[in-house]
Amino acid sequence: MTFLQLNDLKIHFPTDDGLVRSVDGLSFQLERGKTLGIVGESGSGKSVTSLGILGLHKGGRAKISGEIWLDGEELVSASPEHVRSLRGKKMAMIFQDPLSAMHPYYTVGDQIIEAYRIHNNVSKKVAKKHAIDMLGRVGIPQPDRRVDSYPHEFSGGMRQRAMIAMALSCDPELLIADEPTTALDVTVQAQILDLMRDLQRDFNAALIIITHDLGVVAELSDDILVMYGGKCIEYGSADDIFERPEHPYTWGLLGSMPRLDREVTERLLPIKGSPPSLINVPSGCAFHPRCAFEPRTGGKGSTLVPDLVETEGGHLVRCHLSREERRDIWATEIKPKLES
Amino acid sequence: MVTYIIRRLIGALAMLFVVSAVTFSIFFVVPRLAGVTPDDMANRYVGRAATAANVQATAQKLGLYDPVVVQYGRWVKGVFVGSEYDYGAGVEHCPAPCLGYSFVTKQPVWPDLVDRLPVTLSLAAGASVIWLVIGVSVGVLSALKRRSIFDRGAMIIALAGVSLPPFFTGLVALSLLSYGLGITAPGGAYVPLSENPAQWAYSLILPWLTLAFLNAAAYARLTRAGMLDTMGEDYIRTARAKGLKESKVIGKHGLRAALTPIVTIFGLDVGILVGGAILTENAFSLQGLGKYATTAIAANDLPKIMGFTMLAAFFIVVANLIVDLLYAVVDPRVRLS
Amino acid sequence: MKKKALVVSAAGAVLALGLSACGGGGTSTPAATEGGGSTSAPSAGAAGFNAGLENVTNPSDAKGGTLKMAVTEDWDSIDPGDTYYGMSWNLLRIYGRPLVTYNPAPGAKGRELVPDLAESLGVSSDEGKTWTYKLRAGLKYEDGSPITSKDVKYAVLRQLDKETFVNGPTYFNDWLDLPKDFKSVYKTPDVNTDSAIETPDDQTIVFHLNKPYSGFDNFAALPATVPVPQAKDTGIKYRDHVMASGPYMFETVEQGSRYVLVRNPNWDPATDPIRKALPDKYEISLGVEANDLDNRIIAGDLHVDIAGTGVQPAALGSIQADPALRERADNPVSARTWYISILNDNPPLDNVECRKAVIYAADRVGLQNAYGGQLAGDIATSLMPSGIGGWKKLDLYPTGSGDEAKAKEALTACGQPNGFETTMTFRSDRPKEQAAAESMQQALAKVGIKLTLKGFPTSEYFTAYAGKPAYTKANGIGLATNGWGADWNDGFGFLSQIVDSRTIREAGNYNLSVKDPAIDALVDKAFGTSETAARDAVWGEIDQKVMEGAYVLPAVYAKGLLLRGKGVTNQFVTGAFDMYDYLALGVQQ
Repeated sequence: MTFLQLNDLKIHFPTDDGLVRSVDGLSFQLERGKTLGIVGESGSGKSVTSLGILGLHKGGRAKISGEIWLDGEELVSASPEHVRSLRGKKMAMIFQDPLSAMHPYYTVGDQIIEAYRIHNNVSKKVAKKHAIDMLGRVGIPQPDRRVDSYPHEFSGGMRQRAMIAMALSCDPELLIADEPTTALDVTVQAQILDLMRDLQRDFNAALIIITHDLGVVAELSDDILVMYGGKCIEYGSADDIFERPEHPYTWGLLGSMPRLDREVTERLLPIKGSPPSLINVPSGCAFHPRCAFEPRTGGKGSTLVPDLVETEGGHLVRCHLSREERRDIWATEIKPKLES
Repeated sequence: MVTYIIRRLIGALAMLFVVSAVTFSIFFVVPRLAGVTPDDMANRYVGRAATAANVQATAQKLGLYDPVVVQYGRWVKGVFVGSEYDYGAGVEHCPAPCLGYSFVTKQPVWPDLVDRLPVTLSLAAGASVIWLVIGVSVGVLSALKRRSIFDRGAMIIALAGVSLPPFFTGLVALSLLSYGLGITAPGGAYVPLSENPAQWAYSLILPWLTLAFLNAAAYARLTRAGMLDTMGEDYIRTARAKGLKESKVIGKHGLRAALTPIVTIFGLDVGILVGGAILTENAFSLQGLGKYATTAIAANDLPKIMGFTMLAAFFIVVANLIVDLLYAVVDPRVRLS
Repeated sequence: MKKKALVVSAAGAVLALGLSACGGGGTSTPAATEGGGSTSAPSAGAAGFNAGLENVTNPSDAKGGTLKMAVTEDWDSIDPGDTYYGMSWNLLRIYGRPLVTYNPAPGAKGRELVPDLAESLGVSSDEGKTWTYKLRAGLKYEDGSPITSKDVKYAVLRQLDKETFVNGPTYFNDWLDLPKDFKSVYKTPDVNTDSAIETPDDQTIVFHLNKPYSGFDNFAALPATVPVPQAKDTGIKYRDHVMASGPYMFETVEQGSRYVLVRNPNWDPATDPIRKALPDKYEISLGVEANDLDNRIIAGDLHVDIAGTGVQPAALGSIQADPALRERADNPVSARTWYISILNDNPPLDNVECRKAVIYAADRVGLQNAYGGQLAGDIATSLMPSGIGGWKKLDLYPTGSGDEAKAKEALTACGQPNGFETTMTFRSDRPKEQAAAESMQQALAKVGIKLTLKGFPTSEYFTAYAGKPAYTKANGIGLATNGWGADWNDGFGFLSQIVDSRTIREAGNYNLSVKDPAIDALVDKAFGTSETAARDAVWGEIDQKVMEGAYVLPAVYAKGLLLRGKGVTNQFVTGAFDMYDYLALGVQQ
């Protein structure tokens, strides 16, 4: 049985202005020990998805449908209390910007101890020892001293390490990292990514990395899911996405990847326009207003919602262009530019 | 932390000194600049049948002919070592801290203030506990049940509470509850705590509620806003993601942060209150510091006004100090700076 | 000088409620009947609106209970030698006994003087310059020690020290034939004062005046004659423990907040024919919020508002609306006049015709409305209020809404046909005085008199502004709101401090404008006239001269609306103070 499986997950928020379709029919699978990268711009629904898996939308205004299977249990229909008992233990999350994600009034140690003791009936002393262990494992020097520090006394990278220590404190089987490196500078980013890769191996957890930056997932992910307007528009192995991408949006993302040999600001294939409104989703393909190849769809782009179709061995694409057209465009128009 | 405390203490003392100098100037220098002579000032404290000789003798006795600096020096000296006052049949020593000697009631000010302090403290303590508990709980519930009927109702009542002055709510409450239904004590009732705790609480429950209503309303609004802000913070999401029970998320993570500004304001409010809950004490005829102040002002009894101002300033400065220290305890980020 | 009333409430609520209450008439009662005990026989069952003006309401001789009294602020002092408030003079008689006091009886009978410590009223000799009183036998203080005439002498002498006892009146200072080297009992304790007061034995006291005064019994009724034992005198601190000579003594003294009085075991009713001493206890609360005080009296939680000047506007409304409450109300005329002084120092108001123009032009009805309307009092035609002996209704000026024609005539006569400009002061914290000033501004503008209004706080009004001639002259003050209540209800008690130009001093004056040698001469004449009716007539003449000289513009003779307490017995308004008499009260059990 698949460890994590989402079937047609929809998370909608009713607002005064209308229904916000943050996640609109998302499905994917993930096995233990594997890493899935979810990539998209802000507002694409990737963070909402991760919070949805953790059950953090329960009891709020969100309307949730579809299925989330975790290790044989369906979570959408499960009681909030049961999902809570899984949170932090079976599945844990690493948030971006640990300065705001950690409580400013409690020491780092206290926050890890708290996370540990929720799911483990141990004394504070034992929990503290565990917290020091965890801090050591994520590479914080002098963990027995730093355990009593407050978040604001840590550097950004240290905070992120502490955050990871907290998430891993209960040995979770599913770990979701939401933009784990966005708030960090480039060298620290690499260290954190290395750390996560090592830890994932040690813990044999399923890992979901959520990011707007394809570069982050390039080396870590087994599979990559590209989200746009609450939907999956391309899914495949890391090789599929980096070597044989078929969706114009993915091409755009690849074009905006910062590369060490170029100025970060320089964009090869800029994506025009801004992410779609989730209330008034564009008719047809949600990406069509920004798509340079929309004219080649013969008008279908603005009228018909394309299906997510398997193009080849597990590589899925949601596009009106034919497989041949896409491969042709990639090979003749896009790839040469990226490699130049 | 120690230097932080020492720095704050020195600041507090300096503040008290400045307050005393400014207050003294307001009452003794400004009138002189406006052309009021020492005789005019003495005129307030002689009887309505006084002769010019009486007025001058009084001005002499009160030292009003001396330069203002000398008078201020005498006052400061009195605070530290005490002063002497002629009461006709002899001379009375007003022991330190002699905050002055009332020209009108012929009493040293300090014992008066000490006499009245328990009333004001009782009022402030009871009312502040009530308003803090009610205000914070209503505020938290309102924030958690945002846009519910409870929230809307509570906020309308809170708006009324903030807008209605205690001399109005106090009199209405007395009319309805004390004289109409007879379930609460009438105005002016006060039994010291040491005498009979049950009677003490009974006599003060209406003033407490009246004063608490005003502040509970303000605190409910503050808490609600603070709670709404806090519950939207990332660290609350983190706490939930850890699998923490919602009650603990609110109680341990949400309230702790939302209450920090409330603690600050609460400290100052209690300080101001101990300095004299003027309107409430007047509405309920409670012989506390606030009532003392209004009476002194009505009688133009400068030493009393001066003494009261200093005591009130003292409490506010102390409250400020406590808040500063408390803040450092509550919010670790403050300790660094 | 006046007994000070708590104007906080006085300025408040007064109400006529239709009936023209006890009215004026110069019926001055002949000096007291011989002996004490002239309490009027209670006319049983008197009840309803104004029942307390002429009757003893709810009469009873039942003893016991606690009488609860309250007042919005403190008064000057409970030391009988240091107090100048009417309510205090009324109240202190429950713990202190002067030589002579007012008959505890309703209405005009309450103005009669009856002997108290003394066996009889004063016996005068030396053409009214010597007055002799004999004390009753068996008088004791609360500690059981005997009261002697020497204690009365000491009490009178000690309060002459106005540097220590600043509050009381100065009648004894002015009239006693004191030796030159006497300063005060504290500074010159060894000076022989027999030239002023002699005590040939422990029962007898003889006063020697420096000029004759036929009404000396009024002095003997001053609180200054309440005995003080020299050994117990602590100067200004005596107020912390006043030795009781009356039926009640202080159990608790919390200055500024509370007094409790209990029975004085050493008071012997056989020595005191005028006091019933019915309650077991008096509880007096100070500093009670004014509206709350009214509410508590309405509810029955309190019995008496000591101030005795009337209820607040809020309670006034309740009383008008509720017939049952109206039944408990009395609407006496107070011995108080609200008026406007017309200062004659600065031109053109030094000309009598210009002053008259002001009076003619004034809107008298508008002024009445400013002070609270018909409810607050009747339009005054003179300075002296109608309850005072010698008062007669004057008709020198119209009392309508202003007579422009006559005002213009007067203006022409004073050489200012087009009017003039002047400044009017008022007490800025008294809305009624502000309204009065505004009414004057409007009315006078019609005849070309332009008023600039200036408000000052009450506490500084007389000491630094309106009552300080140096200020009024320099700043061209022409008009000033003013008000006066009687020290006691006769012409001397009301007028002497506000019409005698010789009382005017550097600052703190209440007489702002009456400076007329003819009036001064009449005041002297009144002092020397021993026959009461003739003396009252002189005061009436003075009142008329004040109006002829147009020195003041009278606004209203004030009235107060008082509320009788629930379960209070023997409650009635005494003509001596125009408030409830505090000697006779009891509590229903």
